[in-house]
Amino acid sequence: MPSSPDLAAAGGVPKAAPTAAPARRSWAPLLQSAPLWAVLLLFFVFPLLATAVVSLWDYTEYSLVPDVVSRNYVEMFEGCGDLSGGLCTTFRTYISTLRLCGMVWAVTLVLGFVVSYFLCFHVRSDGMRMALFLLCTAPFLTSNVIRMISWIPLLGREGVVNQALVALRLAERPQDWLLFSEFSVVLAFVHLYTLFVVVPVFNSMMRIDRRLLEAARDAGAGAWQTIWHVVVPLAKPGLVIGSIFVIVLVMGDFVTIGVMGGQQIASVGKVIQVQMSYLQFPAAAAQAVVLLALVLVVIAVMTKLVDIRREL
Amino acid sequence: MTTLRPAAPKARGAIEFAAVTKRFAGGAVAVDALDLRIRAGSYVCLLGPSGCGKTTTLRLLAGHELPTTGDILLDNVDIVGLPPARRGTAMMFQSYALFPHLSVLDNVAFSLRMRGVAKAARHAKAHEALRLVEMETYAARLPAQLSGGQQQRVALARALVTNPATLLLDEPLSALDPFLRGRVRAELKRFQRELEISFVHVTHSQDEALALADQVVLMRAGRIEQQGTPEDLFDRPRTAFVARFMGGHNVFALPGGSLIAVRCDRTRIAAAGLPATVAGVEYTGTGFAVALSGAAGEEFSVLLTEAALRAQPVEPGQSVALAWDEADIRPLAGSSAAGH
Repeated sequence: MPSSPDLAAAGGVPKAAPTAAPARRSWAPLLQSAPLWAVLLLFFVFPLLATAVVSLWDYTEYSLVPDVVSRNYVEMFEGCGDLSGGLCTTFRTYISTLRLCGMVWAVTLVLGFVVSYFLCFHVRSDGMRMALFLLCTAPFLTSNVIRMISWIPLLGREGVVNQALVALRLAERPQDWLLFSEFSVVLAFVHLYTLFVVVPVFNSMMRIDRRLLEAARDAGAGAWQTIWHVVVPLAKPGLVIGSIFVIVLVMGDFVTIGVMGGQQIASVGKVIQVQMSYLQFPAAAAQAVVLLALVLVVIAVMTKLVDIRREL
Repeated sequence: MTTLRPAAPKARGAIEFAAVTKRFAGGAVAVDALDLRIRAGSYVCLLGPSGCGKTTTLRLLAGHELPTTGDILLDNVDIVGLPPARRGTAMMFQSYALFPHLSVLDNVAFSLRMRGVAKAARHAKAHEALRLVEMETYAARLPAQLSGGQQQRVALARALVTNPATLLLDEPLSALDPFLRGRVRAELKRFQRELEISFVHVTHSQDEALALADQVVLMRAGRIEQQGTPEDLFDRPRTAFVARFMGGHNVFALPGGSLIAVRCDRTRIAAAGLPATVAGVEYTGTGFAVALSGAAGEEFSVLLTEAALRAQPVEPGQSVALAWDEADIRPLAGSSAAGH
């Protein structure tokens, strides 16, 4: 029977193929995405888990005690149940942070929308649009700290703005609210983060078919009606992505609020930084976990408003 | 359906262009001293190659461009100074420009919403318009969930919901597949007849114009090359450009230098006449199209019935002669020098 091994081999090939092919299909993509997984695990998942674990540890003045205790969370909200003496420190800090965040968010959103709208629909030539867009990114050639600090000589008691106000007799004496105030913090944030709204909104707006604007005009929509009923809904993904950038950055900030607020304004980031400087790592970790949860809730609500994945 | 009809029984949408010129900022003249009259309740096709000014003419009528000079009248009212929505025109855009974030119903109701019509009233009217185009069951869908033909109907409903005196259509059929195109074409014509308003339809397809129009306006370089009924343009072309653009014609240069056009189906392969060489034979289904080249490389075409080709077979490379009857000659303006 010289032909039977050939037959068996021939019969074996189609048998083996269906098992071999899916195996290769299932492993290859995992392997291909392994570098990304490794980076995410090492730099994202691991630190996050470490923070969550440390938030359950105990600590003394000079040591960390690996343990599972609720002390850090309990201390954070100590006295918060009793509203007779006003809000507790933690709540006041969160409300102050949220207030700042809300103001910065509102201003950057409006400003970012206006700048993007101008770039997309008012600038006619593509070359000019690109040039102006690059001009928007120019401040990013200097560092955050320098951009922040350069406001101080402008806004200080003897600063340029105050001198001008006094010289023009718009104010009798130098104004104190210009620097080391909520105003200066919001101003610095707007300066730092408006571009994070401009870029995604610009991207969304550039995808809007110009004929839709004409169709709106044909249907009798005025300029404002076109913006409200056509441009805003279609730019919503960009607005939401920009909002997430701004909210995440502002909620966790302690440098800008510290420098521009003259270390006088309470923020969650500042609390975490102080706790870390006293080596109260578990307390800081607990604070960070609560902040993270809050920000995640805000983002979850925003993504409910629009399906971002559709746009990316 | 009844309320979308004009209150008065009279047809609407009489249009007049009086010496309208549109010069763009760069100095390019898109429309050059255009004079055009369109009867109320007629279907007009603006026809021509790209860049001939037909789309600009439509946009001038819609109010999306302003004429540099000249007047445009709709039902005897000068509409040049009016915004698009106050002109009594409605535009159906190329590839429809439906609002992707709004449902079919809200798309149709959009213009009513912009006019401040209350929700219940505008939705009732939008439903009515959707019923007219048989799209009522799709009212809750988004445009992306519709086929091309369905989107086209929604766009039509959106344009008709304000009860315009004239509907402007910018290449309305170009986004559809050939099968659907024929059906939609018939529907457009039906709507136009039933609504008794004028339709101004921009197209670069002479088939569309011949099939739909009461009046065909063939444009070239911002001017009207020839206008008239489809039969006028196809059977009695005035210039070589018209004969070539409408197709179905051979343009011959006579020995004197003058040009004539003869329809391909009236041109014969004969024993004596204009010498030509057969370049190829194509089966068209209803007969055969014989492609030929003349002595100077001109291209000709002769349409033969199956029986005629059987009786007198030709094959590529064969030298033949072309002849025609005196009655089929259409003299063309201009000389052969201008024609080529």
